[in-house]
Amino acid sequence: MEVSHFKQISSLINSNTAILSNFEVLELLSSLRGKGDQPRNQSGSLATITYETIKYLEGTPAATQSDKCLKKFLNEVKKFGLTKKEKTMLLNLRPTTAVEISLIVQSAEQERLTEEQTEELIEIIQNTLPAKTE
Amino acid sequence: MFVLSLVKQTVRVPAEKFNKDVDQALSEELNLKFANKVVLDVGLCIALWDIIKRGESFILPGDSGHHTKVEFRYVVFRPFMEQVLVGRIKNCDKESVQVTLGFFDDIYIPAENLQKNSRFDETEHAWVWEYESEDGNHDLFMDTGEEIRFKVVAEDFTDTTPSGPSNETHDPSLDPSDNKKMAYRITASINESGLGLLSWWAS
Repeated sequence: MEVSHFKQISSLINSNTAILSNFEVLELLSSLRGKGDQPRNQSGSLATITYETIKYLEGTPAATQSDKCLKKFLNEVKKFGLTKKEKTMLLNLRPTTAVEISLIVQSAEQERLTEEQTEELIEIIQNTLPAKTE
Repeated sequence: MFVLSLVKQTVRVPAEKFNKDVDQALSEELNLKFANKVVLDVGLCIALWDIIKRGESFILPGDSGHHTKVEFRYVVFRPFMEQVLVGRIKNCDKESVQVTLGFFDDIYIPAENLQKNSRFDETEHAWVWEYESEDGNHDLFMDTGEEIRFKVVAEDFTDTTPSGPSNETHDPSLDPSDNKKMAYRITASINESGLGLLSWWAS
């Protein structure tokens, strides 16, 4: 990987305006690749990072997700009061066991999800987000 | 693991791109400049998301290009603290386990962040988790190429741009630590149940 730096960006307004889910990034990169109007060698580094990132994302649950199932998932988990970061991790990782859920949904003092709620959450994940196709 | 960064910058578009749509030319320049680069305290830049605002373009004496102030959003790889990610083991050594995501591989799990009762196996060149269960101890190997789930616990940005010769007595080529400098390095942990090789937790 080529690494280089710009000591200063004229003005970085906000280095973190929004968290993107893996699915959203995969959509963007696939559309860039599909365009084909990038002249060859026009930006070799863009081609490299696009290829490598797509390759990684295609091995994650994001590969089988769609706008529709994301919306459905987000709608159904509203009642659990999860943070945006937690929901992003659930989408990206598509956990299906209680031990994975407990890693993602932090419970500092008291349990935020009861055993039944955890099971319900797993059920929603399995019903709304498609499993990885081998 | 990905975020949008909002940036304002003046971009130079070379004269040979004047026949293109301005936004298209600007997008190309921004991707040339940032794609696959680490920007300090921002992260690893992936690709342009969109251009939000475009100012007037200026021509400067002696320069054939035009300069345009743009405000844009860029997709950046910058996992947040405590984020759980999945990658593959790239390398094991005595000090740490290195993990790669394919497009980024400066992720290290130091020995003290491995599961309790882990030891380094010299012959296999891999870390081993001595997992205790009721029916005795099991040696769980962390082989190269295996899928691993980890938690991000720290990040380090280092300015690695060459700063010019500092003094004559110091020869950088003799200093091995110099070659190890990484612009963006992530420290991870697997010291919790659910973390570690995916195969450990698959029921």
